Amino acid sequence: MRNLFELALVFGQQEKGLSALGAGIGYGAAAIGPGIGIGYVVGNAITAMARQPEVAGMVRTTMFLGIAFTEALALIGFVVFILLKFT
Amino acid sequence: MILSALEFPPIEELLEWKDMFGIPGFNKIALLCVVSALIVATFFLLAGRRGQLVPRGIQNIAESTVEFVENSIIMQTMGTDGLSWLPFFLTMFTFLLVANLFEIIPFIQFPATARMAIPLPLALVVYIAFIVTGVKRQGAGKYLKTTLFPPGVPWGFYFLLTPIEFISTFIMRPFSLAVRLFANMLAGHLLLVTFALLTAALFTKSVLAVILPLPFAMLMAVTVFELLVAVLQAFIFTILAAVYIGESMKPQH
Repeated sequence: MRNLFELALVFGQQEKGLSALGAGIGYGAAAIGPGIGIGYVVGNAITAMARQPEVAGMVRTTMFLGIAFTEALALIGFVVFILLKFT
Repeated sequence: MILSALEFPPIEELLEWKDMFGIPGFNKIALLCVVSALIVATFFLLAGRRGQLVPRGIQNIAESTVEFVENSIIMQTMGTDGLSWLPFFLTMFTFLLVANLFEIIPFIQFPATARMAIPLPLALVVYIAFIVTGVKRQGAGKYLKTTLFPPGVPWGFYFLLTPIEFISTFIMRPFSLAVRLFANMLAGHLLLVTFALLTAALFTKSVLAVILPLPFAMLMAVTVFELLVAVLQAFIFTILAAVYIGESMKPQH
């Protein structure tokens, strides 16, 4: 009985460690795609601004919108990280 | 030895706050929320008390804030049609700005928007606002039709497109709007906490460790970065609300 209890304790600690591991790997994976995406968005916005400086204001607004939409995925990954790590 | 000083404070500090003034449920976040609403109200009441033709002082700041919201949020997304929404977006933007800026103000150092309780009701208000606007402007049937069945697509695609449009418009929109603000501010706060704890640990454990200026420099840099993030997130929340409401005013598809 006591052995079983100790086993459960060890297993419980392992589960905690595994969830921490999963949280780290999961957040890292969730950051890859949005990182590439934001790079594309900002890079193309800079190209557009350099070609036509007179529409820079409009391009900047649209760029922030694009960043906001792209970033949402990374932030959901961050929330999952918080949930896995701290609960 | 140093490693033990680098422990995070228990996460309960972040998730559960002590009640203040003996009122159950009224914690620091609620206080910050009330204070930022009061700051915004006082600011605009003071600015509008004596309208002068040539604005000076506080009236000048208020007028440039109004012009900023008008020119770079409403005119960029909704056009002249949305100018009647100016008070709504102005209040939302200034409230979020003040609530976000609490993140880097000394001795407060917690953004009121880093708890889901503040962004979520705001996002739900936007959600109700854009649905009601769409129904009022276009009628319920036509609104649903233009949202779920965008024209100009071969009919076979609707099997794929309609569920995606439904989920992204009616389920993901308020969720992502709230989570974007919440997670950005919470991530910034955790970053600041991490570098502040590193700096404090190095400072208290050994005098020599202060020569390593990296955590302190990072703390400074992150503080400046969080100033940018606070302003940007208030702007993004407001402009996304404007995009959503403007989209249901006149369908772009």
